[in-house]
Formats: sequence, structure tokens, C-alpha cells
Amino acid sequence: MTGSVHKVIGTETEFGITIHNQPDFNPVLGSGLVINSYAGSRARIKWSYDEETPGRDARGFGYEPSPAADFDSGLVNLVLGNGARLYVDHAHPEYSTPECYDPLEAALYDKSGELVLARGAATAQQSLPDGQRMLIHKNNSDGKGNSYGAHENYLMTRALRFGDIVSHITGFFVSRQIVTGSGKVGSENGRPDVDYQMTQRADFFEERIGLETTLKRPIINTRDEPHADAGAYRRLHVIIGDANRSEVQTFVKLASTALMLQALEDGALPAPVLLSDPVEACWRVSHDPTLAQTVDLADGTTATALELQWQYLEWAAKYAEQIGAADPYRRALVLWEEILGDLESDPMKTADRLDWTAKLQILDGYRERDSLAWADPKLRLLSLQYHDVDPARGLYDRLAATGRMRRLFTDDEIAAAVIRPPERTRAYFRGRCVDQYEGSVVAANWDSLVFETGQDSLKRVPMMEPLRGGKERVGALLDRCPTAADLVRALGDEDGRTRA
Amino acid sequence: MAEQERKQTRRTDHGEEAEVVEEAVVDTSEVLTDRIDDQLDEIDSVLEENAEEFVKNYVQKGGE
Repeated sequence: MTGSVHKVIGTETEFGITIHNQPDFNPVLGSGLVINSYAGSRARIKWSYDEETPGRDARGFGYEPSPAADFDSGLVNLVLGNGARLYVDHAHPEYSTPECYDPLEAALYDKSGELVLARGAATAQQSLPDGQRMLIHKNNSDGKGNSYGAHENYLMTRALRFGDIVSHITGFFVSRQIVTGSGKVGSENGRPDVDYQMTQRADFFEERIGLETTLKRPIINTRDEPHADAGAYRRLHVIIGDANRSEVQTFVKLASTALMLQALEDGALPAPVLLSDPVEACWRVSHDPTLAQTVDLADGTTATALELQWQYLEWAAKYAEQIGAADPYRRALVLWEEILGDLESDPMKTADRLDWTAKLQILDGYRERDSLAWADPKLRLLSLQYHDVDPARGLYDRLAATGRMRRLFTDDEIAAAVIRPPERTRAYFRGRCVDQYEGSVVAANWDSLVFETGQDSLKRVPMMEPLRGGKERVGALLDRCPTAADLVRALGDEDGRTRA
Repeated sequence: MAEQERKQTRRTDHGEEAEVVEEAVVDTSEVLTDRIDDQLDEIDSVLEENAEEFVKNYVQKGGE
């Protein structure tokens, strides 16, 4: 028993980008265009990499230098008033949500990223010649062997042994694909041929554990970069997941994972379910939309992903009961159980909640009506266009607009999350400062802000505690400080040191 | 084993549900087919043209 920490949660999404009919399309420049278009006259804020250590390994060894940026990405970096970060990562526009207090809030801010990108693309469109169109997809693969990520981040206690995360959570990650998949026509990366599979990403996972994210992707990623007090915390960087358009799906994915991790920290899980070959199990589960595929367990028995998920649900529900889990978690447990029950009786019953079954229902409809073979490019187009974030074109949006996808949020709530930060994490301080002291915030990263106050030196305000800097703690302070200089002075007075 | 107990309970739940909705099954499937047809018609109206070329030209760089 190590004692759990509150699960602060955030997601990072790399969006697919293309400009239709632009022969010399360059994705790095295109990503810069969409972000600069969104920015308009907003101040560009330098991202400060001083505290970032993507090469540090949670297993305690290895220390690789950070890769050099493709170009001066500092010029295309925005910190938004909602506390999020919008920037060019490799050859994709990436949206990192602010730190959220619970999984429902994190799902809302994940959706707000779609709206940010859709708005940026709409503005960028005005600068393009006739006949060219910018398209942004919230997906994870181009169908040709190139994958880009949708990552989840969970605040963890440093006291938990990393090996315990590996042994307990690997089986959970492999089996949760039946709940988290966004669906894909065909297979990639040398995996066996398949007509349709549950996930975009399974084909790309080749290792059980590792530091990489761009090749030989591991089921458990060991990047040890807490963006917080490293003595107290880890940040579990989860790279095995699909970007979801379904609100219900994102919520259940984040809530179920957070509950499992917290139960593990509190020593509330029985002996782990160990898979014989998690990497093979990963794609095998994804490749069978009938859910009949079994995986070999280390104890010599077998189980389906659905059976494993029932087991994990039972453990998570029992733990939630014990600790009197907060409302969003109780709500997620009900949805999780409903989804598993429906997957058990008829997977297509989940087509109003899961991207992979919603997409499959569309594809089956076209296959039947137009007598299309699985190899028909029209099916690949449908599968791709499901993810288009333009609400007029995206097939997810068309389903949602006609009540065919269950929603958790109103359009107004999502629009508000684009401009307002979460109120119970340090994202509140970051978002408000960026809005209120525009031009005076000269650099930022997850755990600090740097202010220009007109004095000799810049003032750096560290934010090493993700749960500090919320509205309750700093709201009134920010209200009474009209300038960044006032703020820095007031913070200094407060406790003798400058900190939020 | 606890897992089996849970699944047993769920199966019973489903059994009871199945009895209640049985009479409506035929109607429901017709409604469902209509709904899916409507859905496809709507998608037809927004779907990109020239699927083969569109899909061929959609190439992304790897990321993360």
C-alpha cells in the first residue's frame, strides 16, 4: 500500500493534416499555417524546454538527449486561455489539453481540441487558392503504415514501483481496446490481412515496454517526465490508445484507466492477470470485431478481451465503492458496464457510443446497399472521413447532429472549454495569466510561467504541484492584480518566494 | 469465482429484458433499417468525391 494521489488527467492529440489539391503540400508548414491562423493576433509564447526530459526512463536507466526540433517550433507554439498547448509536433498540429481534475472534465477538454483545430482550419482556408481545401482528421493512421499518437497522461505517486504498473496494467491496456478503438479498414505494419479491425493503433505496437514513441512502440511507455515535483510524482504517459470522437468513449477510457491506476496505488488490486504474449494479443484482439479472439494467459489458461474487461470492471467498481469515488467515476462505471453488456450481446448495440462500431455500421450499410467489397476505396474514404473535424463533413459529426451518437456535452459547453481553463488545477493559473497578462507571459511550460515585468530580469513562477493554482487559491489574487508586475510582487509577498 | 458470478447475474438480467421486448423485435429491426438508410443518404450528400484518388493522396508523416 503506497497511498494514491488524485488522478490529474490530460490528453495529447496529433491530428492528421492535408491540403486537398495542393500538389506540393508540406505538413510542417501546413501545421504551422493552421496554428498561426488560429492564433490570429494572439501573442506567441515560447515553450521552455529547460525542465523537459523526454529521454528519462522510468525504469531508472537510460538518458537519451531530446531530439532536435524540426524547425523553430518555438515560433508556432501557443498557450491558450484554457490552459492548453497548441503547437507543431513533427509534421502534425498537436493539441495538449490543460491538466484536468477528473475524467469527465478531461473528456470535455479533449473535445475542445477538435473545435480549436476546426476553427484554425476554417481560418486557414481563407488564405488558400480556390480549389484547395485544408482537412484535419482526429485519427491515428493514414492506412499506409504511418501512425501518429493520441496520448493520455495520469498523475501517479512516485512511491509505486514502475514494475507494478507494467504487470497490472498491460492486460488492462490490451483488453480495453474493445472499449477504446476508433476502427480501421485493413491492417498495417506487416500484420496479417484483415477486412476491418477495432483500433487504429494496435498494428503499430511491437514491444511490451520501452521509451520509444515513434518506432517499435511499446504497450507501456517508460517516459519519465513528471512535469511536476519529481520526488513526489510520476506522470504515466500512455501511448496505446486511439483518438476518439465519441465523448462517451473518451470519458470511459480515461475514467476506467484512472480508476485502475488509483486502485493499484492503494494496493486494492488482487494478483495481476499476466498475458503470455501481450504484443501478439494486442493486434489479435483488435483484428477480431466479433470479440471471440482469446488470448493466452501466463497461467496456461485463456480469456477473451471481454472476459478480462469484466474482471477489471469488477475490481474497479469494488474499489470505487470502498473509497466512495466521486460522481464522474460512478457515472463512468455505469457506462462501462453498459458497454461491456452490449458488446457481449451484440457489439452493434454500442454503435451510438463507440467509434469502432459506429464506423462499422456505416461501412456495413454501404457494403450492403452498394454491394461493395472490403477492398473498395469508398470504404477507406468513409473510414477516413469519419474523423474529419469539420462539423459539416465529419461523419461522426453527422451522426451526432442527428442524435445517433450519445453525447455528454452540449456544443456550448465545448465552446466554453475552448476559452475557459479548468478551475481546480494549475491550468487555471496558466490560462488566466495568458489571457490577462498577454504579452507579459514570455515563456511557459507545464510547470512554470516566465513573466516580463519591466525589471532587469525575467521572473519565473514555478508550478510544481498540479493541484495548486486553481481558482480557489489564486482566483481572487488574479482579480486584484491588473498587471504581471503586480502579480509577481503579490506572489513574492505571499510566502517570501515567487510561486503559484 | 467472482467473475463467473458477475457474468451469471448479467445473463439473467439479459434474459429478463429479452422477454419484455420480444414482441417488438420485428418492428425494431425495420425501424433500424430505415434509420440506417436515412443515415447513408445523409452521408452520401457530404462524402468526398473520387474516393480512389482521395484515399491514395492521403499520406501522413509518422508522429509522436
